[in-house]
Amino acid sequence: MKDTVEPYVTQDGRAIGGMLMHLRGITLRFGGVEAIKNISFDIRQGEIRAIIGPNGAGKSSMLNVISGFYNPQEGEVWFRGERRPPMKPYQVARQGVARTFQNIALFEGMSVLDNIMTGRLTQMKAGMLAQALWMGRAEREEIEHRAHVERIIDFLEIQSIRKTPVSRLPYGLKKRVELARALAAEPDLLLLDEPMAGMNVEEKEDMSRFILDVNDEFGTTIALIEHDMGVVMDLSDRVVVMDYGRKIGDGTPAEVRNNQEVIDAYLGVAHD
Amino acid sequence: MTAIALGDDVRSVPHLLARNVARHAAKPAYREKEFGIWQSWSWAEAADEIDALAMGLLALGADRGDHVAITGRNRPALYWAMVAAQKIGCIPVPLYQDAAVEEIAYALEHSGARFAVAGDQEMVDKLIDAQADGAALHHVIYVDPRGLRRYDHTAMSSLADVQAKGRASNTRAEMEARTQALTLESTCVMLYTSGTTGRPKGVVLSNYNVIATSKSTAEFDDLRAGDEVLAYLPMAWVGDFIFSIGQAMWTGFCVNCPESPDTMLTDLREIGPTYFFAPPRVFEGQLTTVMIRMEDAGRVKKWLFDHFMAHARRTGPALLDGERVGALDQLRYRLGDLLVYGPLKNTLGLSRVRVGYTAGEAIGPEIFDFYRSLGINLKQLYGQTEATVFITQQPDGQVRSDTVGVPSPGVEIRIADSGEVFYRSPGTFVEYYKNADSTASTKDPEGWVATGDAGFIEERSGHLRIIDRAKDVGKMSGGEMFAPKYVENKLKFYPNILEAVVFGAGRDRCVAFINIDLNAVGNWAERNNIAYSSYQELSQHPRVLAQIEEHVNAVNESVAEDPMLAACQIHRFLVLHKELDADDGEMTRTRKVRRAVVGDKFADLVGALYDGSDTIYTETEVTYEDGRKGKLRATLDIRDAKVVPVEGRRMEAAE
Repeated sequence: MKDTVEPYVTQDGRAIGGMLMHLRGITLRFGGVEAIKNISFDIRQGEIRAIIGPNGAGKSSMLNVISGFYNPQEGEVWFRGERRPPMKPYQVARQGVARTFQNIALFEGMSVLDNIMTGRLTQMKAGMLAQALWMGRAEREEIEHRAHVERIIDFLEIQSIRKTPVSRLPYGLKKRVELARALAAEPDLLLLDEPMAGMNVEEKEDMSRFILDVNDEFGTTIALIEHDMGVVMDLSDRVVVMDYGRKIGDGTPAEVRNNQEVIDAYLGVAHD
Repeated sequence: MTAIALGDDVRSVPHLLARNVARHAAKPAYREKEFGIWQSWSWAEAADEIDALAMGLLALGADRGDHVAITGRNRPALYWAMVAAQKIGCIPVPLYQDAAVEEIAYALEHSGARFAVAGDQEMVDKLIDAQADGAALHHVIYVDPRGLRRYDHTAMSSLADVQAKGRASNTRAEMEARTQALTLESTCVMLYTSGTTGRPKGVVLSNYNVIATSKSTAEFDDLRAGDEVLAYLPMAWVGDFIFSIGQAMWTGFCVNCPESPDTMLTDLREIGPTYFFAPPRVFEGQLTTVMIRMEDAGRVKKWLFDHFMAHARRTGPALLDGERVGALDQLRYRLGDLLVYGPLKNTLGLSRVRVGYTAGEAIGPEIFDFYRSLGINLKQLYGQTEATVFITQQPDGQVRSDTVGVPSPGVEIRIADSGEVFYRSPGTFVEYYKNADSTASTKDPEGWVATGDAGFIEERSGHLRIIDRAKDVGKMSGGEMFAPKYVENKLKFYPNILEAVVFGAGRDRCVAFINIDLNAVGNWAERNNIAYSSYQELSQHPRVLAQIEEHVNAVNESVAEDPMLAACQIHRFLVLHKELDADDGEMTRTRKVRRAVVGDKFADLVGALYDGSDTIYTETEVTYEDGRKGKLRATLDIRDAKVVPVEGRRMEAAE
C-alpha cells in the first residue's frame, strides 16, 4: 500500500514531510463497550497533530493504541510505511515513539536528572555485569547519555532543579520533567497526553513555547491531547475531533472550528 | 590627583589581553557552566576567540568609533564581544538585559550603535522591537541560536558564524593595526547610568580610567592571577565591567559565568570565589535563607548554631581585624569554626573568599557583622559609574558597617559646604556622550565631580560616612534635617521589611510606606499557620502589621538617639499592597527607589497618612512582565507609631 502525500512548508516556515503514521479503521473494544469505532487518520512527518473531544470520547484510548498499550481488535497501524504487528509498549518505544502521561508518572524519590536518564533506557545496550561494575561500555554509554540528557535540561531550562528530587517540585515543573524524559528517548513521534492540564496561564504559555521549540529544533512529530481549545488551535497544524469513540472531524484548526458536528459535540444538541 | 604609571606596553584593554596571553597562556581565563559541566577557556584560547570575533566584525564592515551594543546574561562570549569591539577601535556599550524596549531603543538611538551582540532570542526580539522606533542596526549577532533559525538573517548572524567568517577573512592585519592605534585616551567603554531621574546618560570611560583604576584597586586588595570571581551581576553595570574586564585583564584572574541566573547560588558553591562582590540584597537574601532553615533545624543543631554564632559575633570581627583576643576565646572560635562557621561558609559558597565587597546600598549592621563574624573579609566600598566605580573603600582591618572607607588610591575627596561629597580621581569619566551640558554641570574644569551624596569625613578614622542623597536631604517645615534614606535603611535592616519609603520634606512630621519581604514574612506565616492567598492579603494581615509596627517603634527609638536626625522619626505608616517594581517605574533597574515617582503615584496614600484617616482605599496600575497592564485594588490600614519625644532640642540642619 502506498502512503504518499506531498510535502509542504507551513506559513511559519516549518517543513511538513510525508506520512509518519497511518491509523486505518481502528476499533477498540473493552468487552461490550466500543471505545473507538472505526477511526482512521494519519500523522505526517514534522507536524503537530492534536486529538480533541469531550470527556470519554476515546482520546486517551487512541493514544494508548498508538503507543502500543492497547492492541485494537480491528484495524491497522502503519508506521514509517510499514504495517506494525501487535507490539508491547517497550517495543513501540524502541521504534521511536515516546509519551507523557495525563497523570504525572515520574519516580518521585529520584532526582530530576535520574528521571530523565530513565528516558535513555531504550538506548542503553551495556550488559548487566558491565553496568554493575561500571566499566567499559557501561561507562562510555553513561557519559554519552548524560551529555544528551544535559542538552535536554538546557533546552527545557531546568538546570536549577537538576539534582532536586521530583517530589519537591511544583506541578508545572513536574510536567516539564516528564516532557524532558520523553525527549530523552529521542523520539520521532512524541505523544503528549494533556500536557497543560491543571496549569496556570503562565505555565501554559511556557509549555506551549517548549512544544513548539521541540518541534522546531528537533523536528519531532507531536501528537497531543489537550482540552484548552486556545492552545490546541494555536499550536496544531491539524486536529482530529472525537466524540463517543467516533471521529467527527479532521482538518486544520480553522476547518474544525467551523465544523457543525464539532460545534454540536462541544456545545451539546437536543437529541430527539 | 596622582597620575598612575602603567608602563609603556599598556595602552588599552586589548594590550592587557596580549600581556595575559604572554604571561598566563595556559591558565584558565573564563569558565562557564554549560550542560552541567564547567567549560573553561585559557587566556590563549580566549584571545583566539576574541580575534576571530573582531575579524568577523571587520568583515561585516565595522568602522573605527562604531558603537557595539551588548546585551544578555553574563557569558564569556559577551565579554569577548566587548574586547573584540575594542580591538578594532569600536566602543562596547553594554545594556541591561532586563531593560524595557523603550530603554534599549533610547540607548541604541543615542549611541548610534551599528552593531549589537545579543545573548539569546529574547534579547534579539527586544533589539528588533527597539529598532521599530527609528534606530537602525547594521547587523545583529546572537550567541545562543535557539529559536532563531527561522528569523530573517539578512542583517543577523550567529556569533559562531561571524567568528568563522572572521577566521576565513584576511582582516588580521587591519585588526592588528587598529589595536596598535589604541591609546590610553581612547574610549574603553560607554555605560548608561540607570539614573534615578531623567534620561539615562552615556558615561564615556577611557582606557586610562579603566586600567589605572583596575591597577590601583587590584594592588589595594592584593588581587592576583590565581583569584576566582563569579560574574553574575548585570554586564551593563560599571562594577561588573571593572571586576570582570578591568581587574581580570590587569591581574589575569579567572572569570566564572553561572549556568543560568537561577543556578547562581549552586554555581557560587561550586566555584568558591576568592574575590566576591554582591549588593547588600544578595547577602540579606542568603542570611534570610540560613535563618529560615535554622528555624526548621533540630534542637541540638539550633542550640549549637545559636551558641557559636553568639560567640562569633563577640570575637569574630576582632579576630578578622587582627585585634588581640584571649586564648580561650580563640580556642572556642576555632571549635566553632570546625562545627558551625566552616560548614556554613561552605554552604554559602564563601569558604575561599579573601576579599568580599558590598556596595550600591547601605548594608544592615547585623547582616554585615554576621558575615564578618564568620571570618569572611566583607568590606564596603563607595563609588559610581562616573568614577569608574571606586571613590572610597575599606582597607583590611579597618572595616565598619557605618562608614564606606578611605579614599581609593589616587582619589581626592572634598566635602562642599552643602555637605555634598566631591571627588577627583584617575577614574573620573571623560564625558557624558553627546551631552556637554550635563558634563559641564557634573564635572568642573579642575576635574572635581559632584557625587550627589551628602556625607562627612569622620575625624577620628578618616573614613567617609554617607548620610543620604544630597538632593534627598531636605528640611522639614520646622527646619530640622530630613534624611529619609538614613531612616529607610534602618527599617530595611529588618528581614521582613524589603523596602521603605519615608516622606517628610517640608512637612512637620515623617510618615512611611513599607514593603514586606514576601520570602521572610511568607515563611513566618507558614510556620504560624497563617493562611493568605496573595501578597496583598498577607501585607494587610493584622499580625504582620503589628510586627511592622514594632520595627517602626524600634527604629524611632534608634533614630531619636541621634539629636541631629531625631525629627525624622516616623509618626504614621502603612504597608503597601504591591512590591515596588522597576517595571512600574517605581525603582531603577539597580533597584533604588525613585522617591518622587512613588510619592506622585501614591499621592492618595501620602495624603491619608497626613490627614489622620485609619484606612484608605486605593487603585494602582501595574505592568505585568509581558507588558500588559492591570489594576490592583486595596484598602490599606494606617497605623500610628510610637514616637520618642525630643526634649525641645531641635537641631538645625547643616547649612
